[in-house]
Parts: sequence; structure tokens; C-alpha cells
Amino acid sequence: MADKVLMKGNEAIAEAAIIAGCRHYFGYPITPQTEVAAYMAKKMPKIGGTFLQAESEIAAINMVYGVASAGCRVMTSSSSPGISLKGEGLSYLAGSDLPALVVNVQRGGPGLGGIQPSQSDYFQATRGGGHGDYHMIVLAPASVQEMAELTVKGFELADKYRMTSMILADGTMGQMMEPVALDLAVAPAPAKPWATTGTGMKRAHNIVNSLSLDPEELERLNLARYERYAEVEANETMYEEYRMEDAEICVAAFGIAARVSKNAINEARKEGIKVGLIRPITLWPFPKAPFKKAAGQVKQFLSVELSMGQMIEDVRLATECRVPVTLVNRVGGMIPSPDQVLEAIRKASKNGGND
Amino acid sequence: MRSYKRLTLLCGHYGSGKTNIAVNMAMDLRKQKERVAVADLDIVNPYFRTKDSDADFAHAGIRLICSSFANSNLDLPAMPQDLYAITDDRDLSVILDIGGDDRGALALGRIAPAVLAENDYEMLMVVNGRRPLTPDAPSTLEVLREIEAACGIPFTGIVNNTNLGIETTEETVLSSIPYAEETAALAGLPLVMTTVEESLYEPLAGKIENLFPLKLQNRF
Repeated sequence: MADKVLMKGNEAIAEAAIIAGCRHYFGYPITPQTEVAAYMAKKMPKIGGTFLQAESEIAAINMVYGVASAGCRVMTSSSSPGISLKGEGLSYLAGSDLPALVVNVQRGGPGLGGIQPSQSDYFQATRGGGHGDYHMIVLAPASVQEMAELTVKGFELADKYRMTSMILADGTMGQMMEPVALDLAVAPAPAKPWATTGTGMKRAHNIVNSLSLDPEELERLNLARYERYAEVEANETMYEEYRMEDAEICVAAFGIAARVSKNAINEARKEGIKVGLIRPITLWPFPKAPFKKAAGQVKQFLSVELSMGQMIEDVRLATECRVPVTLVNRVGGMIPSPDQVLEAIRKASKNGGND
Repeated sequence: MRSYKRLTLLCGHYGSGKTNIAVNMAMDLRKQKERVAVADLDIVNPYFRTKDSDADFAHAGIRLICSSFANSNLDLPAMPQDLYAITDDRDLSVILDIGGDDRGALALGRIAPAVLAENDYEMLMVVNGRRPLTPDAPSTLEVLREIEAACGIPFTGIVNNTNLGIETTEETVLSSIPYAEETAALAGLPLVMTTVEESLYEPLAGKIENLFPLKLQNRF
């Protein structure tokens, strides 16, 4: 194994993207993700890549559209308000079936909000963000190592399914420093016969476009796209189960909230409370199966989030509301403390099922 | 006991450990001097700042010179309103925590002429050989020269803070000494200290010269 290095989450995303073969980065600075752009600005010129600070987030996402059309691995990154600006571009990427990687290091909202961490863009990420029927593959890292690994995975899945992959991190994940092993395995990019790489006078022109003049044709495209989405749901769901074997209470949490929850779960276990964690790693597709299974085992779910309760809707859908689900949250840039989660676990242990 | 100049300036690549060293040096200096301040001049980093330790400073009787926007939701690269206390109050000993890289060091430009004129300072370059952009002496020297060019104050020494976060071992630190010595030699500067998390201090004492223990700020 190669020597580990000490990295910020944002740096790990940038370095992993380079390892994955991304040589084109377009972005616009915004706290707390600026280190992604800063790292790319330093590194890309040294390896023959492109770093371009666009005039806006909207320009950056459309540059991503251009490079993706040419069949190259490409990315952009931003934080919450900047992702909203990219919304139109995300929809156009989906409508043109282009693979790309988009990183959202979330901050508190809505509006300009603040610069401290948040998970309140869950709806935006998992329900599209732009207009029209579409999905993105949404990956939620919970360590700096995962920031790196899921970046590589994001590029691979994007190419495989011709979709946008989004890394949905938060400010803390972006700023915190941890040791990382960068000996990442990267699958070679698949052939892209649809890309606009020049006909060489040997084939018909490839056209990348999201405009359909014929509504019947547009319907067919939408239906075909959703068949691909069904494949992603069937094959690419990722999650982690922690101490769930005998659990009577199940905590649902991703990213930084999952780290806080694990600390609380370990404390609760010392008190004899049977509590475990399901940590979705893909937020879309959401890992419905383990939640459905857990609904037959536990008496209470707790959804720990840095939002007013967004993932909780997916937990309720996956468990078909068979067991109560309670929200444990902080918002506006605040992070739930292990003590807050522990107190909620204790309460659920006493009143579980009757909440 | 470490001897301090009136001003100790900590610069380096971002994420090299400047803030934790600044906090610990201030605590150490407070044992020797009555009037001690920490100046947080970081105009780059939004999270994990010197201000995180403000309760500890208050308890120790250390003044914190810091932008009133630090750790707030306002992303303003502002300088503290009492900035000039650093250069004008010559009875005050100050540890200066400067933002990372050349961009962070720009903040020093405004006080650099006064610092140089008084000439009672140490300008320390904090290095960590396990950071991806400073893995060897030449790349570290590149960052060092960029910082000097940005702030106009020449470095006087190197602080080796090579670590891997929670996975740091004795071996991590011991194996970093050649890197630190080579960096110092290339820069033509002394290696003034090697800093380690406090639990590694005892095992490494006697094996490394000028070892300095760090009590780390709370993180996640």
C-alpha cells in the first residue's frame, strides 16, 4: 500500500478526480468548497489538464456540458447557492444523457444562507435540482477516504449509465483533514461511440442535444432513460450497516451526521440500549431494501440530519410508515452533537414505537 | 524553556498545522510573559480557526486579536480592528497565526514594514511532509518562496509538523526528519523545532532535538 497523506476532504476530491482521469475542471469559488478549485488550479497546468475559473457557475456547468459531449471525464464543484445556479445545466446534461461529476459541499440555506455545514440540499440532489423528469446518482461520503473513493466511483457510474453523478458532501467533510490512501483502483472509461469527437469522414455526425421536436420521440427518450434508472436502482445501491444485528432502534444518517451518530450509538450500547445505524452511501438510488428489512425488526427509527427533515421522507417511504420515524436535527450551519443524538436514542428506548 | 522574540509569525502551506502550533506556543509563552496575545490573521480558512480556542485563551489570560467575523456565517476576509496593537504595543508578546500559502500571507503585507523595522521577530515556516502538495523539500521550498514574495518578510526558521492526523506514529515523525533537514538546508534556515501531539512527546523525547508537544484543538 502506498504511503498515506494528510488531506482536506476538498483536496481528496480533487486529487481523486485527477487519478480517475479527469483533466478538465471548471468552477467558480465559493466557501466551503474553494479548496477543490485551488487544488485543481495548482495541479492541472502541471499535468496538461484544463483548470478554468469560469465567469459564473452557469458558465462552468455549460463548459462541463461541452467537454462531456466530447467524451472526456469532466467535473465542476460548488456549494449550495452555486449548485442552484447550475440547475438548468444539470437538467440539460440529463436531457442529453451526458456523463459528468458535480460536487456539492453543502452550506446552510436557503438563499445566501451561511458558510457553515449543512445537509439541506438533499431534496435538490435526490429529486433532480433542475426541471424535467430525471435523476442524478447521488453519493454521500462520510470520511476523507470516502471523498476520494466515491469521486472515482462517481466518474465510473456516470460513464456507465450516461448520467451525472453528484458528490453530496457538507462543509465539515470538505474542510476536515484525515489520512488518505490514494492507491485507488480506476476502471478504464468505456467506449463512447456517441461522443462528438469528429467523424473522420467515416461515420454520420453525432449530435448531442436535449431538444426533441417530436413529442412522441421525447416520450420514448424519457421512458428509455427511466429503464436505465431502474438498472441503477437494481445494481448500484450502496449503504453501510453498523451494529444492526440485534438492534431495536435504527438510526438513519449519512455524511457527518453518521459520524456523530456512531459516537452516540457506541455510548448508548454501553448503557445496554440495542441501537444500530443504516448509513445510505447512495442517496439516489436510496437503499430501500435494508430499511424495509429493518422495519420488521426495530420499534423506532431516528433520522439524524443537518436539515429540517429531508431524508426522513425516504426513510418513511422505504419503511412504508410501519414504524415511527423521529427527526433529530440541527440546521443553519449547526451540527447535532453526540449528546443530542444519545438523548434521542435514550428517549426512543423508553417510548419506542409510541412516538 | 523555549525563548521567544516579541513577535512569532507562523506561516506555511494551508493545512500544515499553523493554528494548533499557534495555540500551544501562546500557552507556552504565557508561562514566561505576563502580556501575551494570539493574532488570528487567517483570511483564507472558513473553519477550524484560532478562535475555536477562545475560552481556553480567556482562562489562560491570553488576548485574542481576531476579526469579529471569524467563525460567523459572514465569509469576509477581514483584518482585526485591533491589528495595530501587534506592531504598536511593544510590551505585548504576540504569536501570529497567518492564513495558508501565499494568498494567506498577503494579510501580512500591511504590517510587514513595522515588523521589519522593529526587528524583534521570528518568521517560521510550518511544514508537513505528508501533505500532498509538499511531499519533498523542493516542493516545500517553492511554497516558502511564494509566501516570502507575498508578504515581504524573510523566513528565519523551519518548524517540522509532519503528521498523519490520528494515524500519526513515532515512525511518521522519525522518518520525517531527513525531509525537514533537507528543506531547512535548501532554504538556508535552521530547523528550529519538531512538533508532535502530546502523547508522542515522551516516546520521542531524546530521539529528536527541539521537540515541542501539542495539545490539539477539539475536532470531529
